Amino acid sequence: MNESELINILDSIVRNSAPLIIAVTGETITERSGVVNLSLDGTMLMAAMLGFVVGLESGNVWLGFLAGATIGAFFAFIIAFGSIRLRQNQVAIGFVLALLGNDLSAFLGQNYTRIPGPVVQHFGIPILKDIPIIGPILFDQDLVVYFAFVLVFISWWYLNRTQQGLHLRGAGERPEAAFARGVHVNRVRYLYTIIGGALVGIAGASYSLDIKIGWSEGHTEGLGWIALAIVIFGGWSPIGGALGALLFGATKALVTVLQRTFPEVPVVTFNALPWVLMIAVLLLAGSNALERLVRIMPESIQPSLRRLLRVQPPLALGTTFDEE
Amino acid sequence: MNRIRALSWPQILQWLWPFVPAIAALLFTSVLLLIFDTTPAVAFEAIFDGALGDAAKRLSVMAFWVPLLLSSTGLIITFRAGLWNIGVEGQIILGAIAASWVALKLDAPGPLLIGVELILAMSAGALWAALVAVLKTRGRVHEIFGGLALNFLAIILTNYLISGPWQPPEGGTFRGTAPFQDKALLPLFENSRFSPLSLVLAFAALALVIIALRGTFWGLKLKALGKNTYSAYLLGVSSEREIILAMMFCGALAGLGGAVRTLSWFDSLRQSISGGIGFLALLVVMLANYNIYAVPVIALFFAAVRVGSIPLQLRTQLHSSLGGILTGVMVLFVLLFGDARKLGIGRGRPAEEKGAPEVSGSGLDPFSKEIVKGD
Repeated sequence: MNESELINILDSIVRNSAPLIIAVTGETITERSGVVNLSLDGTMLMAAMLGFVVGLESGNVWLGFLAGATIGAFFAFIIAFGSIRLRQNQVAIGFVLALLGNDLSAFLGQNYTRIPGPVVQHFGIPILKDIPIIGPILFDQDLVVYFAFVLVFISWWYLNRTQQGLHLRGAGERPEAAFARGVHVNRVRYLYTIIGGALVGIAGASYSLDIKIGWSEGHTEGLGWIALAIVIFGGWSPIGGALGALLFGATKALVTVLQRTFPEVPVVTFNALPWVLMIAVLLLAGSNALERLVRIMPESIQPSLRRLLRVQPPLALGTTFDEE
Repeated sequence: MNRIRALSWPQILQWLWPFVPAIAALLFTSVLLLIFDTTPAVAFEAIFDGALGDAAKRLSVMAFWVPLLLSSTGLIITFRAGLWNIGVEGQIILGAIAASWVALKLDAPGPLLIGVELILAMSAGALWAALVAVLKTRGRVHEIFGGLALNFLAIILTNYLISGPWQPPEGGTFRGTAPFQDKALLPLFENSRFSPLSLVLAFAALALVIIALRGTFWGLKLKALGKNTYSAYLLGVSSEREIILAMMFCGALAGLGGAVRTLSWFDSLRQSISGGIGFLALLVVMLANYNIYAVPVIALFFAAVRVGSIPLQLRTQLHSSLGGILTGVMVLFVLLFGDARKLGIGRGRPAEEKGAPEVSGSGLDPFSKEIVKGD
């Protein structure tokens, strides 16, 4: 394997991971505020379908993304409203929405399957894209990919370095304490559930308009569940989540290479890999292996490393809070 | 006069409330149909006719009902223990695979062969479920994710078997194995896909679960576990043991459902052997508000809608996912607005819990809160 081939592979890993990174970041924000949006699989299917249809009919990809974000925000709103205002079970609502999104997208998109549509244009960043090795991998992509990476760093900064981020985390960790400090816990939860949902919608639209262009029934099926697992693997941190998504993308790229090298192995064996990986990754997140890894590192970087690899779920995740 | 006045508006509303989600779901689907230039009445009539139009169709509904009922009955047990057994879909598939293995590879007199098929199917479903349970208790992998991953793996395993080792001799169509020997199939009612024996088994399972939940200490332990893991621990309930047992129980019933699918609905192992029955069963139990007595009726209704939607594409050129939308929206509306008292409609405080498992309690926390272990 020569250098340009390796760069090609890395380039495709970065490109193909972008939507997953956006979805994982969105869900991470939602869960850090204490709400679980389990509808990701259905939301992404709906957004992929609607994004494609709107993009095709209007001839403008960005309107497609807007449509995806809107439906994502709407699904998230149903979950927030159901769990906060109506005090019903958010896991049940999310699960039903995941199934419903699947059926609904198949029905609404039935006349739009397998036809060409608009695509996001390639956009290399001048000067930066000419840096050897890094340039073609990171700066010779399109706006969706740049958005994914900028989003990860902005979310990390927002969560950990701003007053609003502190309120967000407070709502997810210790809602009573946050409320006593004047944080409107439920308002905060509404806000970040909806923002997170909109991001998941953008991720869904990124598939049909950029990475896996077009629409077909069950276009992104399974990816929403993988995104939910990566949130856990990433330890509820945007950076950890992005690394998890990249790792997932790298494994898929590795599978493609292996498939070419060992054509005698049945394809289904490789199809099983993402799911085996999902279980392995969750086992790793649930074990003490990461904590042990932190302990053998130099003491000075231990606290920041632990923050980066944080594997404790937000304490109040999935609970309701009475503002009385 | 007095009697009429006694029925105040809030009371009437409260009484009518259960019908509102059903009507809302019908309205929602009607709007969808209008978007697609179809008269709702025509589509609903097509579904109704497709399900109940003649005796053959009604028998098809019955045949679809049995595995759905078996899976829903099993899910009552896991929900009672506070577990989200989304892996039920994979457990159905593993049951179908095990039954197919017997049907393809073994030779014995008919009744014996069928007995072995059913027992192995139940064992395979139970083992697949046990895997999810052990991943949860030992690996701290939440059952939703363990179950989902195993669902996808079960589908991949089916595809592998169909396109590989169990490929029919005339070449792989990638759709299914060769039809099984006749004596390996469940005896069918007349010319239908419905096996009376399977219905007997489903009712036996239903009775067993009712007795287990009402009259046994095990049922009580499951309830304690579902309501509050910590107090169950204080009561001396081994959460690990009960979680594994509850999952295996459900897996066994789901596996039996898978065997019924492959040995009566089909006559071979197919790519879509479950066809989403496991997910549908989860919706059935949610709509039943985790009440076992409501499960058979709701499962029958769902089976009718699903079977009725199959000819939809032929008659109205519409995608058959319409049936899934109708049932899904109905469950969503019930989940959101089903409890009138929580909305402040009608008199009285919100109902605390009416015997239904505490679904938002600690046992059903979405992400693995550590299970209290004895040390």
